[in-house]
Amino acid sequence: MEMRAAYAQCLAQMMEADRHVVVLDADLSKASGTRGLYERFPEQMFDCGIAEQNMASIAAGLASYGFTPWIESFTPFATRRICDQIAISIAYAGMNVKIVGTDPGISAELNGGTHMSMEDIGVLRSIPGMVIVEPVDEVQLRAAMPVLQAYKGPAYLRLFRKETEKVFPDDYRFELFKADLLREGRDLSIFVSGLPSADTLRAADMLAKEGILAEVINVHTIKPIDRESVIASARKTEHVLTVENHNVIGGLHSAVLEALAAERIPVCALGIPDRFGEVGKLPYLKEVMGLTTENIVRKAREALK
Amino acid sequence: MDTSLSQRCLDIRCDCLKAIGHLGVGHIGGSLSVVELLTVLYFEAMNIDPSRPKMPGRDRFICSKGHAGPAVYAALANRGYFPKELLLTLNQGGTSLPSHCDMNRTPGIDMTTGSLGQGFSCAVGAALGSKLEGDGAMIYTLIGDGESQEGQVWEAAMFAAAKKLDHLIAFTDYNKLQIDDTVAKVNDIAPLDEKWRAFGWNVINVEDGNDLLQVSQAVAQAKGFIGSGKPTMVILNTVKGFGVPEIIAMGTGNHNCPFSEQQADDAIRALREAFAAEAAKGKEA
Repeated sequence: MEMRAAYAQCLAQMMEADRHVVVLDADLSKASGTRGLYERFPEQMFDCGIAEQNMASIAAGLASYGFTPWIESFTPFATRRICDQIAISIAYAGMNVKIVGTDPGISAELNGGTHMSMEDIGVLRSIPGMVIVEPVDEVQLRAAMPVLQAYKGPAYLRLFRKETEKVFPDDYRFELFKADLLREGRDLSIFVSGLPSADTLRAADMLAKEGILAEVINVHTIKPIDRESVIASARKTEHVLTVENHNVIGGLHSAVLEALAAERIPVCALGIPDRFGEVGKLPYLKEVMGLTTENIVRKAREALK
Repeated sequence: MDTSLSQRCLDIRCDCLKAIGHLGVGHIGGSLSVVELLTVLYFEAMNIDPSRPKMPGRDRFICSKGHAGPAVYAALANRGYFPKELLLTLNQGGTSLPSHCDMNRTPGIDMTTGSLGQGFSCAVGAALGSKLEGDGAMIYTLIGDGESQEGQVWEAAMFAAAKKLDHLIAFTDYNKLQIDDTVAKVNDIAPLDEKWRAFGWNVINVEDGNDLLQVSQAVAQAKGFIGSGKPTMVILNTVKGFGVPEIIAMGTGNHNCPFSEQQADDAIRALREAFAAEAAKGKEA
């Protein structure tokens, strides 16, 4: 199932259970997979039209009235375009609004560079009180959404909206603020979030054939980062690589570096190399940005030097 | 009109001046221009209970031009939300009365505002919330004329009309001045009434927005528009710095300027003397 379909199902369940759960769109409900919910929840679904600033502040007004709004758009419009509305109307005011950005980084594919946000985590991570979660697959998404709904405060869900490879088992339990160990290892810690997680696991398999045991940790909550797990793994392996579908500046790499600042452990980065996106399909874009399994293996070897 | 309303208005203006004078600097011009409106809202129009600032179903006032905080605080103190002594902590470190309105610090403040244009959208969101709850609350909001240059204001205007939020009453403090120059010279918003009408709002033009009676009548008229299916914009033609001639004379310079305790004392004395003289004249008549 596409991630957006699972996302819409979760929203429907939450709206069914609580009439104070509302969803706001900016003319992208079809892309977000929520168009079908309008008929079923006419008092809980609102399309603000192409006016993201207004959507964010309307959500804050609804939150001040006791509602829990989920606002959704493509990642660049849900974050960098409305950064001040998120900072002031939502975060500074302490409003319980969930922000959903779809098509993060290179997953915007054929929409190209204008619709690719490589900086959304960096933008939001520097806003106090913002929780940032990036699920890897449908299982993790379904587990995360009720937890985010129950969490009182502003949060950002960075949502890949198409089909993904399954990474987590069906009995997976999501714990906010706690990173997930995907593969235990000894020689190198690879911290990964979102899209490249499956490729990173494949890379770990290839490395294992060379006798390199990589520990793979999925950092689903990038802010606040699970410092304890990051430090414990890095101390164990003494070599670190971060892998992300985001600029290497401001995202997971920066968060891991900050956590390890006092550790004197080298941290290598693999992510979008501080450049804008471009149009293309995912395999091409992975190649261009260096987010292929082969390149993860290569970077891992470099990190061990 | 209740004669005590003009006394309240005088007290709010004087307390606002005292607070800014005590600090020595502040957003004085755009605070003084809206005192009549705040008096009408807090002492006549709004269903509120100062002992229960978070009362469910209460009417709400969202001051989107958040820099008018000093005037709002003076109104809240006079209405009994907190002791007047607190007004003298305005903008001091650790105060609960920051320069711009903050719902998490000040009892009676319904929304955090200051980044222009956003509070107006928040008010529209609150009006939608009230409609969904069916609590019968009125949502009042105030924007500046300069603030009306923000695109977000017009995004929210469109949405409020589309959603038929007729329990939303907005006010524009049309004092014609902004920081850099007159509004007309910087980026003219005229004809303001036609713009709001074109956006699907009822429009009431108040010739003198610093005349209590005119403001009071306009608010009553706006309330009468409930059921019209349209939100209402009340354009208040005001004077920035109203009540203090030396502040008015500063023109665009009075947005945020030094104002000493001595100046405040002198202005308050002049205002109270004029008020007493007016009252005496009224009695003679």
